[in-house]
Amino acid sequence: MIPLLLVIAVIVATVWLGVSATKKSKTASDFFVAGRSVGVLMNASAISGEYLSAASFMGIAGLVMKSGYDALWYPVGYAAGYLFLLLFIAGPLRRFGAYTIPDFAQGRFDSPEFRKIAVAFVLFIGFFYTMPQMKGAGVVMGSMLGWPYWIGIAVVGTVITFNVVLGGMKGITLVQAFQYWMKVFAISVPLFVGLAMLGHGTPSSAAEKGGGTLPRIKAETVVNVKGSTSFPSNVVSTPAESFVMSFPDGAHLAKVTTVRAPKPGEDPIDVSQLIAVAKPAPPGGYEKGSDVFDTPKAKDYRIESGAKVTCSPVAVTKAGQPVLLDGKPVKTSAKIEFEEPTKLVLLSPRDAFSHTQTDAAVPAPAETDPAAPNAPSDGKWLAPFGPLTSKWGYPVLYTYSLIIALVCGTAGLPHILVRFYTNPDGRAAKRTTLWVMVMLGAFYVFTPIWGTVGRALMPVLYANNATDSAVIKVPGMLENQTLGQILIGITSAGAFAAFMSTFSGLLVSMSGAFAHDIYGKVIKPSATPDEKVRAFKIAAIFVGVISMLLGLLVETFDIATMVGWAFAIGAASYFPLLLLGAWWRGLTKTGAATGMLLGGLLSLSAIVANMMLDKKILTWDLPPLVRSLMEQPAIWGVPLSIITMVVVSKLTASTIPADVDTKMLRLHAPEELGLSKDYVV
Amino acid sequence: MWSVNENSSLHEDVGAARREVLRRIMRRQAALSLRVAAVFIALLVVLPLANLYAPKAMDTRIGGFTLTWVLLGIFFYPVTWLLSSYFVRKSEEVEAQIAADPELRVSRAEEGA
Repeated sequence: MIPLLLVIAVIVATVWLGVSATKKSKTASDFFVAGRSVGVLMNASAISGEYLSAASFMGIAGLVMKSGYDALWYPVGYAAGYLFLLLFIAGPLRRFGAYTIPDFAQGRFDSPEFRKIAVAFVLFIGFFYTMPQMKGAGVVMGSMLGWPYWIGIAVVGTVITFNVVLGGMKGITLVQAFQYWMKVFAISVPLFVGLAMLGHGTPSSAAEKGGGTLPRIKAETVVNVKGSTSFPSNVVSTPAESFVMSFPDGAHLAKVTTVRAPKPGEDPIDVSQLIAVAKPAPPGGYEKGSDVFDTPKAKDYRIESGAKVTCSPVAVTKAGQPVLLDGKPVKTSAKIEFEEPTKLVLLSPRDAFSHTQTDAAVPAPAETDPAAPNAPSDGKWLAPFGPLTSKWGYPVLYTYSLIIALVCGTAGLPHILVRFYTNPDGRAAKRTTLWVMVMLGAFYVFTPIWGTVGRALMPVLYANNATDSAVIKVPGMLENQTLGQILIGITSAGAFAAFMSTFSGLLVSMSGAFAHDIYGKVIKPSATPDEKVRAFKIAAIFVGVISMLLGLLVETFDIATMVGWAFAIGAASYFPLLLLGAWWRGLTKTGAATGMLLGGLLSLSAIVANMMLDKKILTWDLPPLVRSLMEQPAIWGVPLSIITMVVVSKLTASTIPADVDTKMLRLHAPEELGLSKDYVV
Repeated sequence: MWSVNENSSLHEDVGAARREVLRRIMRRQAALSLRVAAVFIALLVVLPLANLYAPKAMDTRIGGFTLTWVLLGIFFYPVTWLLSSYFVRKSEEVEAQIAADPELRVSRAEEGA
């Protein structure tokens, strides 16, 4: 009840601020970029508010909880990317005086065709970025009100879309600034309060144990796992120790494999080594004898209601000899995929049984609580090159590719760059960026702590494949229920502010691209400002609906990862365009367009194909190196785009526009020289 | 707006002077940007390499966490703030110098012409 009230308060405050500011927003210029008259601190708050999305508020905590150290690159990259923006792009772009990247593209090259290409990328990147915001909305509403995923998306998406349609961006500047401060409050205060109350739950307690320690869930905890339509959220990767669970309603196992993918030449492991299944206990408990056991199958295997399963780690062998790593035998355990949504009860490892040695004296495991399935051990979680980057076996490559995507991608985000035009001049644009970096850092420093606390206090989220909800669930672990509910309310409201602000900003950018760049420049260049505003509103509804539909498809992807993909596409398309466009007079229209299309579209295709492979819609058998490069394409996408731009520009050097020096001076000459000029009047 | 007239040697001279001014302005700005970028890129390149080649050192415990966690999770932010504030301060100086440099005045005269 309390969380719902707080979230409603945030929505009401947001809509009210937006509507009341709209009364002052009269002209088309007001509607698109807030009349370009916003102070440095206000603008920095607004940029930060718009930037801190569901990925920042929920996603990083979730990914840090799930993967550990490697996930720290996300917040660092999200914040540090502004440095590249500051060093190379913010100042020149503001002096050039265009509203949007498509304006820059057309203004720099005098090419209306180029505008269309640039607009296409506003939409690609924008839609990629809205998907995780929608997931955030679905997760928060589901956790708070128990709504199905799609209802959360539909309700939240509709509210935000209408707010944008009614308010435009003038409203949003104020709202975004307000929301930054709200988000900082919501991410930090509950953490201080919670840690002060808990004491023992300090961030380091999970880490101090070290080594192979696993987070533990209380025995008898009920876990709900999704069905195969939600792959990979239907997976239970069992820990490397005895692991016992029962199925009150039975289960349908789609597949049982090993957590560690077998390497060529290793002996096959039979499913009966991995799991033992005991039929439901008759009244009076189990009787000795093999008849109470069932023979498991590796595929399409049904388990009766009330049956118990013990999963045991198995030593990996090669031609009968144990496989060693650092002198220790390598072990693996069962990875179970469920066909249908399944309820399972986690039992104490002391309840473990084995059909081969039912009455043998097996030493009782030390722990009474089961280890969390799907959770990396403390050692793996804490160390660099862990489960996130080692996924495909090329952790260093993966890490650098991720860094490139995040650092270069910030400059390529359409809803962020447009904000820089609300600065009065290039100097203000630079100062604004500095403040944005400070404000973002002050926020991001808290996010990994949430992931750490989540690991220590709520490892059941691993079992549920729900680490993305750590921020809005963990405060519920407090003993004081009322306080817990208030803190959940604060973080839920913060999460709401996060996806509301980013989704609004994206909606404005994408609808602006339709209204300003497609309708106003291509379809009807003679459109009056009123007609453009109407086009903007229609486009906003259209974009809002598509975003909601896309959001329905991505429930099983990590929020932070999806935003990382939007960055990778921006890094391979807009970043090279802006960098070379601002600093190299030899860049030609053809060169820039070819590079942007090649780098951007190939990165986009690689990411989409990788998502489809993950969801098993595509079933290509690709080498792990290729999968790694598809999942994090920036390491080839960005150089490909830049090199193509340079090579093609050299080949088409005769088409460098005659007035290129005037344009370059406009980008670089300080305002005092009087060469800056707003491109759009 | 100023435009090139291929037949006019006067305009060609002006064009060349203009390009020279542009080159000088950009060079001063780029020198600063690249200097700061080099430090930043070095940090981004070195940290994963340190994790790879000096795992023991990076695993030193500080309050329960490892050195590399603390470096990346906490100290990276203030370092980028320092770089960024250094750049903003210096770039304002550079722009003031450019604006005050009489040799670079040619461009303003052009625009007025």
